[in-house]
Amino acid sequence: MQWEVVIGLETHAQLATESKIFSGAATAFGAEPNIQACGVDIALPGVLPVLNRKAVECAIRFGLAVGGEVAPRSVFARKNYFYPDLPKGYQISQFEEPVVSGGQLVIRVGQGAEAVEKTVRLTRAHLEEDAGKSLHEDFHGKSGIDLNRAGTPLLEIVSEPDMRSSQEAVAYARALHALVRWIGICDGNMQEGSFRCDANVSVRRKGAEKLGTRREIKNLNSFRFLQQAIDYEVQWQIGVLEDGGKIEQATVLFNPDTGETRAMRSKEDAHDYRYFPDPDLLPLVIDAAWKDQVRAELPELPDAMRARFARDYGLSAYDAATLTAALELARFYESCVAAAGRELAKPCANWVMVDLAARLNRAELDISHSPITAQQLAGLVRRIADGTISNAMGKKVFDALCNGEGADADAVIEAQGLRQMNDSGALEALVDAAIAGNPRSVEEYRAGKEKAIQALVGQVMKASKGKANPQQVNELLRARLKP
Amino acid sequence: MINLSLSELGAALAAGQISSVELTQLFLDRCARENPRLNAFICLDQARALDAARAADAARAAGRAGPLTGIPLAHKDIFCARGWRTTCASRMLENFVSPYDAHVVGLLQDAGMVLVGKTNMDEFAMGSSNETSYFGPVKNPWDHTMVPGGSSGGSAAAIAARLVPAATGTDTGGSIRQPAALCGLSGLKPTYGVCSRYGMIAFASSLDQAGPMAKSAEDCALMLNAMAGFDARDSTSLDRPAENYTRLLGEPLAGLRIGLPREYFAAGLDAGVHAVVDAALDQFRKLGAVTVDISLPNSGLSVPAYYVIAPAEASSNLSRFDGVRYGHRAADYSDLADMYCRSRAEGFGAEVKRRILIGTYVLSHGYYDAYYLQAQKIRRLIARDFQAAFEHCDLIMGPTAPDVAFPLGAKSADPVQMYLNDIYTIAANLAGLPGMSIPCGFARGLPVGLQLVGAWFDEARMLGAAHQYQLNTDWHRAMPAGL
Repeated sequence: MQWEVVIGLETHAQLATESKIFSGAATAFGAEPNIQACGVDIALPGVLPVLNRKAVECAIRFGLAVGGEVAPRSVFARKNYFYPDLPKGYQISQFEEPVVSGGQLVIRVGQGAEAVEKTVRLTRAHLEEDAGKSLHEDFHGKSGIDLNRAGTPLLEIVSEPDMRSSQEAVAYARALHALVRWIGICDGNMQEGSFRCDANVSVRRKGAEKLGTRREIKNLNSFRFLQQAIDYEVQWQIGVLEDGGKIEQATVLFNPDTGETRAMRSKEDAHDYRYFPDPDLLPLVIDAAWKDQVRAELPELPDAMRARFARDYGLSAYDAATLTAALELARFYESCVAAAGRELAKPCANWVMVDLAARLNRAELDISHSPITAQQLAGLVRRIADGTISNAMGKKVFDALCNGEGADADAVIEAQGLRQMNDSGALEALVDAAIAGNPRSVEEYRAGKEKAIQALVGQVMKASKGKANPQQVNELLRARLKP
Repeated sequence: MINLSLSELGAALAAGQISSVELTQLFLDRCARENPRLNAFICLDQARALDAARAADAARAAGRAGPLTGIPLAHKDIFCARGWRTTCASRMLENFVSPYDAHVVGLLQDAGMVLVGKTNMDEFAMGSSNETSYFGPVKNPWDHTMVPGGSSGGSAAAIAARLVPAATGTDTGGSIRQPAALCGLSGLKPTYGVCSRYGMIAFASSLDQAGPMAKSAEDCALMLNAMAGFDARDSTSLDRPAENYTRLLGEPLAGLRIGLPREYFAAGLDAGVHAVVDAALDQFRKLGAVTVDISLPNSGLSVPAYYVIAPAEASSNLSRFDGVRYGHRAADYSDLADMYCRSRAEGFGAEVKRRILIGTYVLSHGYYDAYYLQAQKIRRLIARDFQAAFEHCDLIMGPTAPDVAFPLGAKSADPVQMYLNDIYTIAANLAGLPGMSIPCGFARGLPVGLQLVGAWFDEARMLGAAHQYQLNTDWHRAMPAGL
């Protein structure tokens, strides 16, 4: 039996505002419990919500970035349910009239050059407030309530059920994660819960039109868990169906320790949230002028930048995509090219994607904490290109610059004497010495073993302490050994 | 002294005939003597009141006195006042001490008024007789076997018995005007949005409005000058230029067009009340006003629409009273759900529970469209009726309530009879219009109220018409016997 997997994602992105969506309390992470909760957040009698303009701007940014429709009028609604970390007994959200409708996101599925592009449609994005946190440990049979998070602004982004595998779901989540950081509306910190996904998963027989019954996996806060949870859930659902069973609509939780999903509540005990427009808040009106102003402040979007990199810098699709994975990375690369010269765009790309990426990775740093500046890297690339140093020496200079051992590539090259050997007399002496000292390699080469010359080149390079130009050494050796 | 108007009291204070401390002591003594019988106050605080009076005297000595400085005042116990117990006449908030001031409380304090206590009311402002208070019913000073009306019955009784010269009230469906009528006072509900709702414990957010209660229209105008004004903490507060509400008090009545809705003089109106209101209208004609017959065809729908919208909003507004953070929590419970159930079952009285149930029902899935949306449509029709009527008249007049005060207990078993008390007042709340009640005579020895309804923001004209009437009549000076 062939099965098709259908996945839609609901993502909560915490908006990067300084204060909460309906109060003036701070949103910074990690404060002592209930320190960042004012009267509005703890729902004292008589308090009222006032909408944070910055949160609305984040929503407009998102709507424009995904090509969705930013509603000229949207409505905040109350979602009513009782829970101890929901102080008002209702969450202020948007229901029938969200701030953003439609839009789409282009994702890349697969690795490297084999990656395939796919477009995922978005249903909507709406503004809402987060709840507080219930702490069940450390209270000996009781629960602690921390309302610091209550009222934190969220943008809930709902996709259409357009994904067909856990890989696609992860690719979508990654693309969305990159986009919200790119446009500066979310810090994307998944450990702190700033970006978390709910996955709606169903399976159907290949070729079937009707969607299968879905189960919703709640609160996945890493890409790995997202993939694991969907993979487990898909296998579980196929297993049930192949055994002749039926899937019941349910909300499930993923347990990272066991790698399994477990039903939390079924459709029968689904809440009736009694949504109705919040009479404490006026409809949210966004006029064209406001939208235009936000549009003017938007950075160039990743898709546009990717196309431009490929076109203007002659990069491959893969390189262009890699360099536009994050705005800071793309900006770093562009500064590097600007300083090095456009004709060196390709070597700049290689240095950023290979050497710098590896170094950042090892040190667990992101590009904004790069130990080498774009200008320093550009200087290094230029010195390799003009033959001042070899590529191999370039790596030494790179490490030295990263370790702060010089203000720029030229300073390091001078201080450490790394300038390539250009004195042909000295080089010829080293070549002769290598031929004299390695008769076996000479013999092998003469016998037609082409590779043997590499050993001789290596000897010369070693003797020159890497300062010789390997190309030049190669040519000299061949000339000397010519029969 | 106890029957002086606010401007007369202000003049006496300004002339040094009496100090604020002496004036406050005079009223405090009256409160101490009369309140045990009337039950108009939930809380009186002699020490704090005298502190405030001393501060007012000091301000006057320093040349910083306004027209209301040093005059005693009571707040309905729905207004949060810092450091004061704020109960909303509910067991749920029996021991709640507010950590902050409502906007209106702060404004009247800034105006120098001296807060002597918090007045009794129907629980969470739900009632028309003050019998739903957890702290027991209030007696009507004109006849202690009668109700004072509600929900601002404590404020009304306190002024009628001359325990304070003025008080605040709130009006969601008639809660200022109906008790003003039943106790022989002047009370004004401003246009929705004129007074901030911040710090006023919400009953039905889209209908609630604070307003002044006093002996005369002039007193109400002086109070409203201090209470009105934009507040950024209430999103439904209106950002308009400040107005002087006394500016039209001297405007003659000649040419004023008074609309008389035929629906307000139909079956259900007590004959005695009808005759007194007719006499008042004659007086207005005698003073130069003209009356025109108008129709408000959807009047009959206002009570049913109100009893959908108000409970719907209330059911959600009262969800925050869950026993988790403040307020009543049951002593014993087995789990979270049990804690909610018991705390709310014990903390709320029967009428509050009835409205929470109605509200929850009308917002439920499958009923929302049939009830809540329909009621909202009716609300727009009612507003349109008024808009059309104001093309033919400047003010609308009629009875405030269908009858005079009724005996304690007479209607407590029949909620529908109780709800019909607000049949003439509710429409102004649904439409957001300003309305007031002024005393216009007696039927069976009890006060009768004349209701005035103005166009949006036409408070000043309404107050002017009422003042002109009061310049030519003495009903507003009448006091219950034995004071």
